[in-house]
Order: sequence, then structure tokens, then C-alpha cells
Amino acid sequence: MGMTMTQKILAAAAGLECVKAGQLIEAKLNLVLGNDVTTPVAINEFNKIGIDKVFDKEKITIVPDHFTPNKDIKSAEHCKMVREFARDKEIKNYFEVGQMGIEHCLIPEKGLAVPGDVIIGADSHTCTYGALGAFSTGVGSTDMAVGMARGVAWFKVPSAIKFVLKNKPAKWISGKDIILHIIGEIGVDGALYKSMEFAGDGLQYLTMDDRFTIANMAIEAGGKNGIFPVDEKTLEYVKEHSVKPYKVYEADDDAEYDQVIEIDLSKLEPTVSYPHLPENTKTVAEAEGLKVDQVVIGSCTNGRFSDLKIAAEILKGHKIDPSIRCIILPGTQSIYLQCIKEGLAEIFVEAGCAFSTPTCGPCLGGHMGILAKGERALSTTNRNFVGRMGHPESEVYLCSPAVAAASAIYGKITNPENV
Amino acid sequence: MKACGTVFKYGDNIDTDVIIPARYLNSSDPKELAKHCMEDAIHSTVNFVDNVKDGDIMVAEKNFGCGSSREHAPIAIKASGISCVIAKTFARIFYRNAINIGLPILECDEAADDIDMGDKVEVDFDTGLITNHTKGKTYQAEAFPEFMQEMFAAGGLIEQTKVKLGLK
Repeated sequence: MGMTMTQKILAAAAGLECVKAGQLIEAKLNLVLGNDVTTPVAINEFNKIGIDKVFDKEKITIVPDHFTPNKDIKSAEHCKMVREFARDKEIKNYFEVGQMGIEHCLIPEKGLAVPGDVIIGADSHTCTYGALGAFSTGVGSTDMAVGMARGVAWFKVPSAIKFVLKNKPAKWISGKDIILHIIGEIGVDGALYKSMEFAGDGLQYLTMDDRFTIANMAIEAGGKNGIFPVDEKTLEYVKEHSVKPYKVYEADDDAEYDQVIEIDLSKLEPTVSYPHLPENTKTVAEAEGLKVDQVVIGSCTNGRFSDLKIAAEILKGHKIDPSIRCIILPGTQSIYLQCIKEGLAEIFVEAGCAFSTPTCGPCLGGHMGILAKGERALSTTNRNFVGRMGHPESEVYLCSPAVAAASAIYGKITNPENV
Repeated sequence: MKACGTVFKYGDNIDTDVIIPARYLNSSDPKELAKHCMEDAIHSTVNFVDNVKDGDIMVAEKNFGCGSSREHAPIAIKASGISCVIAKTFARIFYRNAINIGLPILECDEAADDIDMGDKVEVDFDTGLITNHTKGKTYQAEAFPEFMQEMFAAGGLIEQTKVKLGLK
């Protein structure tokens, strides 16, 4: 019996000829990741182990991105603890405020994730790097601690669902619409414990940024990881960003899948997820006219340059509706700079948007755009759980950057087609 | 090992933002986190923090602990005094976090369907047998694989790591 792409990567990392779904293995790690919320807990656990050194100071990345620039004294204390740990252990890839970005935008950009890697991160959206043909998954702080100590993690080898993406998507359809549609189809636990392996002729129409967005939200379907085959676009991206050695894996022809789901990309419409689960999807046509109080464009899901570019194209020459706030957060400093150089920053500010330094901020209700009781946000982020962006009685609707930008102009959910 | 207590019952897709809202993640102190555990479970009829006692049991339906990877979620539950979480299914990161930190969890459809808020329930971890004293019923959960039983026996992943590194 053949193996899926994920199973082949895990088998190699475990030093095994082959693995089967359900098998418990210990695999070697190429990268261990943490942020300012999860790393303090990991440091406490690491210190309990009783060793001084991390397994490899080149293979650990710490990005304080959630409550930074420090939102309050307690967060500042956490960041200080993380900073001191990074210095003490000589962690090479620690990114301070001013260099940091949202971790899942930053790590591919810095070339720290490449095809064939096995990556764990104490952040659920670590699954993003599956876009590069890596096995990458979110874990907790204790896993991060043990990963830092030994360079290994335990895994239950996942079975997989194969998503065959067919045909060319229409103009306003982005990676976000595709993944929201998929989550709407299979539900928030539709891929529980499983790999989501993407395939099909439709992949050729997806940019790397589309793929990062899709892999990023695999966790919102319960997936262990989301993974794309490596093609010319992947290799071009890797060449541009990384000097790390990489290895290309392909699923076997006779790989076994629990399910094969075909998605005709040409039939998709811009999609909006209603509160309080990402699976509550409707088309933008069904959602049109719903009044919002705040629009957020950014996050590890949609804070990349192409996301902000499409928002700027829509916002250019417009003012946002005076009854709302629109907050735009670039994913990294490099994206921020590109927005300044290419005139996007000017468009955003002229339109009346707040545009500032990278942070996860409002996505998890941290800071930089918290909702009051009864308020409604339309956001390009990834979760719309109860209280996710602030008050437990506020609401979050999820959408693409194009829908978010169009809606900011009118103060209500709007099809970008109609701007 | 056995657990016995009163049940706090929840539904499908209880996410980690409900278990411990991000506004409290500027602390990593288990006691502090426990003060806000289940604070955003706004549809629950019983206030968790005001009523939970040591040894009590949490029961939910499918996909418990979905969302964020925050280990603060199982830490908050454990520090609240909860001795065991029973659900139809757990979200995968919550599942591994609970195992890693030594919070016992069991998957059992029948128990999750049948047990109600306030029931007195006993769990035998060695056999996976769940007894509902209020309803006079028993349910059988699957026992943990050997690999995970070893981790529980060692006292969690950190303790097991110490053994593997020859530090214990």
C-alpha cells in the first residue's frame, strides 16, 4: 500500500521505510516555533527538564507577534522572559519588534520553512507551511519545550482526505474563498486528526499566497496539516527566499485516502463565514447588505502583500464608510515597506483606514481593534468563535481581502464585483 | 486510578477561546487562568468557576478544544480541579496537550450523549469504564494506547523526556 505525501515525509523523519495511518512515531524536527503567548509556558516546561542547551539553536524560531508591541505590563513581562531565554540559549532566529512579523507570514519569507521539512509550532496556524510541501503542524507548549530539548516530537500518523481542485477560479475568488468553501462543506471537524492533501489541475491557478491561506486554515477543519505538492511556483518561491536544503516528496500513486473530494473552482463565489464557526458559510450574495462596525484586513491568513494589494486596488480613490473603522495590518516588516514603496500605504491612509505595524492583535482579541458588546466585525482573519475579537456578545464574520475592502467602502457586506 | 465528581456538560465544538479567552493569555499562571476557565461559555446554564469542585468531571460532545494551540486551555481546566474530560471527539492539538500535561481525557459517544449537567459520574482510567451514578448506567470508553499509558504513568511528556535524556 502506498503512502500519502504527509506519510512519506513522516516516515523519512522517523527513519522508517514506511508508516501507516494510526501508527505512533517519533520524528526528527527541522524547525520548532513559538510565539510570545505560548513560549513562556514552553520555557517553564523546558526548565523542568534540567538541561542547559537547546538541541540546535539554528532550528528554533521565536516570534513575539501576538500581544506585541507589548499591549500591557503582563505581556511585556512575558516578552521579556522570551527575549532573555532567546539570548541565553543563543536562539538564532528570534525576531524582535521592528523585525518581527506575524510568524506564519514571516517564516516562509525568511526562508526558514522549505519542502520536505517536519515543523512543529506552538501556534495552531503552523499548518501554513504545508503550502511549501512541508509537514507542518500546530502543537502545544510542552511539545515545543521537548522539541527544543530533543529535536523530536511524537505523532500519530494521520490518514488523509484528498481535495482535487479543478478548473480556473473566477476573478474575485482567492485562496480564502476556497478554504472557507471547503470548511463549509466538510465542517470544523471534517478533517479531524487527518491530513488535507491538495491536488488537481486547479493548483496551477493558485499563487503561493493563495496556498499559504488555504494551508493556514486546515486547522479550522480540524486537520492535522494541509499540504500542497511542490511545483514550479513552490520552487521559485524557495529559490527566492531560502538557502536551506530541501527535499521534494510526492504522494504514491496507490496512496490510500479516507475520502476524495472534488472542488470545481470555477463555480465558487466569494464566501463569508457567519458567527460563531468558520463552517457557517454563505456566498457574498447571501450576505450582502449586512451592516458592520469594523473591518480588519491582515493576520497570518491574509496579511501577505497580494492580500493588501487587492484591498488597495479596491479602496483606491474611495473613502471608507464614516460609520465604521477599518484596520489594516501587514504581515511582516518587509510587506509593510513594500506597501509604503508601492503606494498602498497612501491609499489606505487616504481612504481613512488605520494602517500600522505587524501584529496578530485583533485576530485573537488581543489588542489593536477589540470589539464592544453588540459590535460586528468583518475580518480576513481565521476564527469567528464567541468572543474571539473582544466582547463575548460581539460578532466576527470571515471573508477574503477583496470582500473586506469592498465592504469597508459601504459599511456593509458588499460583493467586490459591485464596487 | 479513578475519578469521581459532578458533571459540567457542554455541547459541540467548545473552542479554546471559550475555555480560556485570549484576553487572559497575558498570564501563564495556572491559578490565574483557572479563575477565567469557561468564562465565555455564555450559553451554559451553570457558572463553571463559581461551582466547580476538586474532582469534578467535564463532559462535552464533538470536537472539544478546537481552535488555538494554547496549552493554557487544558492547564486552566486542570487547575480548576477537573479530574477528567469526556467527549465524543477532541480537537487534535487539545488532545495532545492534555496527554502531554497529564489531564486525563476519554472519548466515548455513548457517555457524551447520555450524561447530563449535574450527574454524578465515576471514571476508571485503567479499564475505561464510566459509571453514571445518577442514572445508574455504565459506558465503556476505549482505553489509551500503550504509548500514551506510558506517558501518563511517567507523569507526562516532560517527565518522560527526563527519562529519555537519562536525567531521571
